[in-house]
Amino acid sequence: MADFLLELRCEEIPARMQPKAKEDLARLFADALAKAGLPVGEIETFATPRRLALIAKDLPLATEAVSEETKGPKVGAPPQALEGFLRKVGLTAEQLVERDGVYFAVVEKPGRDTAAVLAETIPAIIRAFPWPKSMRWGEASLSTESLRWVRPLSGIIALLDGAVVPCEIDGIASGRTTMGHRFHHSGPVAIADAGSYIETLRAAHVVVHFSERCKLIRDGAAKVAAEAGLTLVADEGLVIENAGLTEWPVPLLGRFDEAFLDVPPEVIQLTARVNQKYFVCQTPDGNLANAFVCTANIDAIDPAVVVDGNRKVLAARLSDARFFWEQDQKTSLADHAQKLARITFHEKLGTVANKVERVAKLARWLCEEGIVAGDPDLAEQAARLCKADLVTEMVGEFPELQGLMGGYYAAKEGLPQEVAEAIRDHYKPVGQGDDVPTAPVTVAVSLADKLDTLVSFFAINETPTGSKDPFALRRATLGTLGLGLTNLNQLPVERIAEAVIEIWLESILYEPHAITQTLSGSDLSPGKHDPEYVLSGAYENDLRDGIQSLKEFTTDFFADRLKVQQREAGVRHDLIDAVFALGGEDDLVRLLARVHALQAFVTTEDGTNLLAGYKRAANILKKENYPVTPAQAGAQNDGAELGSGLRRNDDGAVELSYTPEPAEKALIDALDAAAPRAAQAVADERFADAMAALATLRAPIDRFFEEVTVNDADANKRAARLALLARFRDAVHRVADFSRIEG
Amino acid sequence: MSAAPLYKPAPRDPARSFQDMILTLHDFWSAEAGCVILQPYDMRMGAGTFHTATTLRALGPEPWNAAFVQPCRRPTDGRYGENPNRLQHYYQYQVILKPSPSDIQELYLKSLSAIGIDPLAHDIRFVEDDWESPTLGAWGLGWEVWCDGMEVTQFTYFQQMGGFDCKPVAGELTYGLERLAMYIQSVDNVYDLAFNASGVSYGDVFLENERQMSKWNFEVADTDALFDLFAKAEAECRNALSAGVPIAAYEQAVEASHVFNLLQARGVISVQERASYMGRVRDLARSSCEAYAQKMTPEWEAKYPEWSLV
Repeated sequence: MADFLLELRCEEIPARMQPKAKEDLARLFADALAKAGLPVGEIETFATPRRLALIAKDLPLATEAVSEETKGPKVGAPPQALEGFLRKVGLTAEQLVERDGVYFAVVEKPGRDTAAVLAETIPAIIRAFPWPKSMRWGEASLSTESLRWVRPLSGIIALLDGAVVPCEIDGIASGRTTMGHRFHHSGPVAIADAGSYIETLRAAHVVVHFSERCKLIRDGAAKVAAEAGLTLVADEGLVIENAGLTEWPVPLLGRFDEAFLDVPPEVIQLTARVNQKYFVCQTPDGNLANAFVCTANIDAIDPAVVVDGNRKVLAARLSDARFFWEQDQKTSLADHAQKLARITFHEKLGTVANKVERVAKLARWLCEEGIVAGDPDLAEQAARLCKADLVTEMVGEFPELQGLMGGYYAAKEGLPQEVAEAIRDHYKPVGQGDDVPTAPVTVAVSLADKLDTLVSFFAINETPTGSKDPFALRRATLGTLGLGLTNLNQLPVERIAEAVIEIWLESILYEPHAITQTLSGSDLSPGKHDPEYVLSGAYENDLRDGIQSLKEFTTDFFADRLKVQQREAGVRHDLIDAVFALGGEDDLVRLLARVHALQAFVTTEDGTNLLAGYKRAANILKKENYPVTPAQAGAQNDGAELGSGLRRNDDGAVELSYTPEPAEKALIDALDAAAPRAAQAVADERFADAMAALATLRAPIDRFFEEVTVNDADANKRAARLALLARFRDAVHRVADFSRIEG
Repeated sequence: MSAAPLYKPAPRDPARSFQDMILTLHDFWSAEAGCVILQPYDMRMGAGTFHTATTLRALGPEPWNAAFVQPCRRPTDGRYGENPNRLQHYYQYQVILKPSPSDIQELYLKSLSAIGIDPLAHDIRFVEDDWESPTLGAWGLGWEVWCDGMEVTQFTYFQQMGGFDCKPVAGELTYGLERLAMYIQSVDNVYDLAFNASGVSYGDVFLENERQMSKWNFEVADTDALFDLFAKAEAECRNALSAGVPIAAYEQAVEASHVFNLLQARGVISVQERASYMGRVRDLARSSCEAYAQKMTPEWEAKYPEWSLV
């Protein structure tokens, strides 16, 4: 048994690539060992800016001998088949082994020295290494066939049990020497064996463990902050990035001019983090402090010199940020918004200004219709300004501050707080787990923005397919659902879709447009279309059909996303299906309330038994090929639905041509009472009451099946009883399609 | 006749003189890498990379080591002389080493120490920064070099130029001279830099220039004339291309590129037009590089039989 060390030394590896490179090295190495028949034990990997390394423990010194057997043709197979097989395995007929009437080629492979296996493996790993981007360099690059690596590769250490495993790739021969820290150590460093690698490099000022450097940075940064009486704002992404930029990390705290604190803290933090990879700190009262922590790669002769240099750079960056902050405020958001007319939203959907106009109208409509309980004037005002920050200098520099900056600028302008908040938060919720806004004006603007995006893209046939969702429409849908289900009593998507389309049609009244082209399915481009067609009723009809199918598509799309979302939240998918199958309901808030009521009901004893009774009735009807009235939510019973053989008398009671048995009569009475009650409850959105009404049918249906024979010899009775079961089934269907419920 | 007194140059003092820093870099790259020390290209351009010693010489198999200062013009970066860090005209120091030597990083670090940057006093870092110039059909991998958090050099291994693979790869170093000098001289305002050791400051040389040129770039330049210049450069580039003189064509592409930058500073190019203008400049530059490479290929192939353009 022996330990193996591999170090691939090169010029500075991008920080972001190091964690993945460690994984790739371990995987490629383990695969190569397994392929060679070597047991894979413990593998540890290391990455610094200048090296990628691996230590594999307890490798055997040789592979075991193996016997490889390949199955060939049957004895007596045509000679061509045998010849082909011999060619493939490279043996002669005499060397084949015959067993059970089949030829086998058996090749004995003797064990090999592990060192020999490794000598082949190392160049293969280097050539196959999946760097996200790799390059050529040096004299060899005269040919494009030359070696590729993330940056020029300069040395290889390969030591098995302390002995060099000799190999070579593109003129770089393996050995035992490496380099220490670029500035703290000069000359080559010889490594004795795998066991002494880490400590030998530490003596040469290199902390080779990625995770150890992370810890040095994490703890060291917190420590220098604490020493200054501050709290470090933890940022694990920065820890990892700085660990990828240093071999000897030394966190240092510096101060910047307090005057910069006028700039919003998010801007300062982003400037420090993105441009300079600095941490920021908080004062004991939780405000941003005028301090930063940078991570040097040296024990500087005088750390103050390094800190001062970094301070100057940050100051230059922050003065740019302050310049943007002040410059942006010289123009009102309303004036900034004018410039949105120059930004294309989508080639077929016009400019961002066009979009803002529609969102403003829709936000107002949502409030006026009472769908959102917000002030229509404030919602419209916020919507008109919500995208204005896209043309500010600050958002140009830091796109991730969109919304936030608009909120700040609105507050500075003295706009109503609701408006400033709506501008700030209207992109939310951005993903799973993001805060869902609850302020009514914000909800109106956020919903309007998302719904306009969704319906508009659907209208031009830009819908997500498979993993492709370039306009993040699924995310917008989930955001809409989050907003609606958290805040609203209703979310009638079909009605909203209709409103979006109406707003669209108002804005393009006299012009052929991509929207109307796609919706009507007609080419309306100049010179192409027949003017008479456009003026004719045919075009009107085509357009109307297109709008209808767009509304239906939108409702279905939302229903699908809601199903996915609820399933992920642990709601039984059969119950979701049972409610959604009813159709005719575009209000997602109501649909969901019904799913929840159904879930509560089917888990009770009454629910379970009613379901059993329903299934029995449905099976009998199915056997008889009895016509099924499509399940439909809350539809009222009327005479026509009674089915053949059942008739109502003048008092509205069901009339039969014979005297019903008591159990039969009891079911008729129970249905007479329960069916309208359930239907009314559904219509009134009292879903628990609808379930309670259904529950009253449970005892009568059980008794009916116990005491009454459906398949009576009297054709009249048989027909009437089938019709009664159909009535029962239909009454249940008013609430949910029970045929979809499992169990 | 007595002999003229023997001339002995004063030692360079890069810590106190901008020009001495440049002269030190010239001395260094001339001696350490056998570079030809070129003078600036006599045209207005946005970056040293546009110098033919970089772009065109990055093509082909022949070794090429050169170093030069290139004045760069970035009209939109003008601040009327009021910003201590931003200029519409500044200097880059370019070194191009082809093929890239294996000790190029060590050479570079040595050049920093030659101008007075001690790597144990200052934190020097190589931070990933890949370079791409769609205009030139070029890209490379490398770093921005940080000195105490400040980007002082762009370090690139050219992988493609003019749409062709670089065979061999050249290493390109672009030093931001003013930034480095501000660092070495410990000044916070570029105009306070000592240009020489005899009391002339950077502001003495350039402040008025920045004021007037910023005004011209942003407010004065006749936009009709600029549009006209653009069209003429574009036409002349095509003319030169069809006449088989791609270096002349390339110069017109550089001209068009700068005129486009001026139009941008004047704010007369809309968002939609911008992409189209950039496409036109790109087309000129790439066509010129391509034509140059193709024109030179027979000669290169004759000298390097193993080599091929693609």
